[in-house]
Amino acid sequence: MTLRPPALLWLLGLAACGSPGEQRDDVGAKDRGDTTARAETPRIVLVTHGQSADPFWSVVATGAREAGGELGIRVEYQAPGTFNMVEMSQLIEAVVASRPEGLAISIPDGDALAPAIRAAAAAGIPIVSINSGARVFRDLGLSAHIGQPERDAGFAAGRRMAEAGVTRALCVNHEVGNLALDSRCEGLEDGLREAGGSALVLAVDLADPEDAQQRVRGALAREPGIDGVLTLGPAGAVPALAAVAMLRASGGLDTPLELATFDLSMPVLEAIREGAMSFAVDQQPYLQGYLAVVLLHKAIQIGAVPDGVIRTGPAFVTGDNAAEVIRLVGRGVR
Amino acid sequence: METEPAAARSPRARRLLARPELAAALGAAVLWIFFTIQAGEPFLSRAGTAAYLNAAAPLGILAVAVSLLMIGGEFDLSVGSIIGASGMSVMLLTTHFGWPLWPALAATVGLCLSIGYLNGIIVVRTGLPSFIVTLGMLFTVRGLTIAISRGLSGRTQLGGLDGSTGYESARFLFASSPLPPFRISVIWWIGLTVAATWALNRTRYGNWIFGSGGQAETARNLGVPVNRVKIGLFMGTAVAASLVGIIQAVQFNGADTLRGTLQEFWAITAVVIGGTLLKGGYGSAVGAALGALIFGLVRQGIVMIGVNADWFQVALGTLLIAAVLFNNQVRRLVEQRR
Repeated sequence: MTLRPPALLWLLGLAACGSPGEQRDDVGAKDRGDTTARAETPRIVLVTHGQSADPFWSVVATGAREAGGELGIRVEYQAPGTFNMVEMSQLIEAVVASRPEGLAISIPDGDALAPAIRAAAAAGIPIVSINSGARVFRDLGLSAHIGQPERDAGFAAGRRMAEAGVTRALCVNHEVGNLALDSRCEGLEDGLREAGGSALVLAVDLADPEDAQQRVRGALAREPGIDGVLTLGPAGAVPALAAVAMLRASGGLDTPLELATFDLSMPVLEAIREGAMSFAVDQQPYLQGYLAVVLLHKAIQIGAVPDGVIRTGPAFVTGDNAAEVIRLVGRGVR
Repeated sequence: METEPAAARSPRARRLLARPELAAALGAAVLWIFFTIQAGEPFLSRAGTAAYLNAAAPLGILAVAVSLLMIGGEFDLSVGSIIGASGMSVMLLTTHFGWPLWPALAATVGLCLSIGYLNGIIVVRTGLPSFIVTLGMLFTVRGLTIAISRGLSGRTQLGGLDGSTGYESARFLFASSPLPPFRISVIWWIGLTVAATWALNRTRYGNWIFGSGGQAETARNLGVPVNRVKIGLFMGTAVAASLVGIIQAVQFNGADTLRGTLQEFWAITAVVIGGTLLKGGYGSAVGAALGALIFGLVRQGIVMIGVNADWFQVALGTLLIAAVLFNNQVRRLVEQRR
């Protein structure tokens, strides 16, 4: 008999393990006991491949939530903790089973996610793709994609560099083989070639920033005539900045060098404000979340869906607007 | 639970309480009721049921093999990276070297079997804890997978398996949905659970597994080939991991080098929730399968009730500790009554 209270406690503990359900209020969930009747406030779910440590995806989620707040609809954001297509497709499966009124999905791997997305479409849920998937969304039967066309963005960056006088640029690619990143480098090369310039790709591994820094330094010392460096993400920009600073300090670099990057981070914005970097290509992640909710809302309400790629970028952050953008990063919207 | 102490006096109730999988069965039932109340009809629907069974199946396949190994007194932390190696091996052999799919699958299973054999032979020959040996193997196999994939193809993510010869038949066996939307992996999961349970409880090999884990010296003196049993169990977990890697490569039409990350810990979690003791000699394959079911219920249920998936790890971690505490209490109760 003495064992009864603890035994009961463990059972209670077990029951309490479902307690994250109490967090439903955080995401504005309403009681959906009777779900056969269509809920009065539509529910839109975003499923992305964003890693939990990546501030980029917080901005996407904020954009979606704020759109939901303005429109008075429920928005939920789901993503696997790490880059994991198996987990992501399971997430989509669970979300589809819960019958949301609209679905926004990023598609970094069309092969892996195709069955889950097709099943969602077959369930009659309006879907838009966001961020990744510009190449595959049509094949999967979707009509609208919201994001930045990577090749065009690279091209625009190349042009901007050429205007600043760059003739030979280094494209620092941290994921050679990733189609989206490869096409940024191709775009850069085309943009420079238009003005008679050229580009070459340098592969780096960001798992080891020290090594990435050495590689950039080595390439700048080895290749003559490089007067521009474009990194494909903020995580690559920091080692590149350090490499250039070291070269300048040691007298190994006395010619002008244009440094630029894709996407924003605090160190990148500070460098732009201080003049160490000339610009950042901004795909405006806030808009990717915000527009997805707005479009899906209309798709639910009146069945109208745009056709094609809705471009949220490339926009550019330069010395002129860096201070303003830094302020907005503090609010989590840039 | 009102009547539990009284009921525990009857031998039949005591036998029921002494089952290792009691906590997992109760936990799965409680969770199922909880999500039914919270999410309602969508959770009970075919699509909802398939969502958690499909998610539980790969882990279930893994956990059943790991439960046999753990009953046999050993750990295997390398299974997650074997999943990754298996998927990339299939992809490289087919898309990079142009092999037909079936020989590639056979070679992949062979490769994984030899990793399992290596785990086993190192553990029994050196006497090092399997925790350490397979932890080393975790890093070695994952690192080799990334290095070889990058070295050969320049990529860490490969797609387009559907272009290889034999894809259709492999798809039928590993990734079809004979009863949509339920995947065939659910059948693999249930089939392996039944086979493992039969082997544990009805064969001489099953007795050897319990003996090797519980009282290895005594078992040895009774003529049980403990080393051979353990090596076999390590090969079993490696093959299960290989099967999961193959299922996922075929189902998702490709693989990446990070597949299976953390699965070794999810598998141990499922096995322990299922009532298998860490020190070996006691446990059940059905419990491990129920542990995997709990994993699927929590992972997918949380998403279905609209809670962020971030809470999944919190819930599963809490469940793990609760289940072990519950098991300990019940075991003490049963032993006292004896």
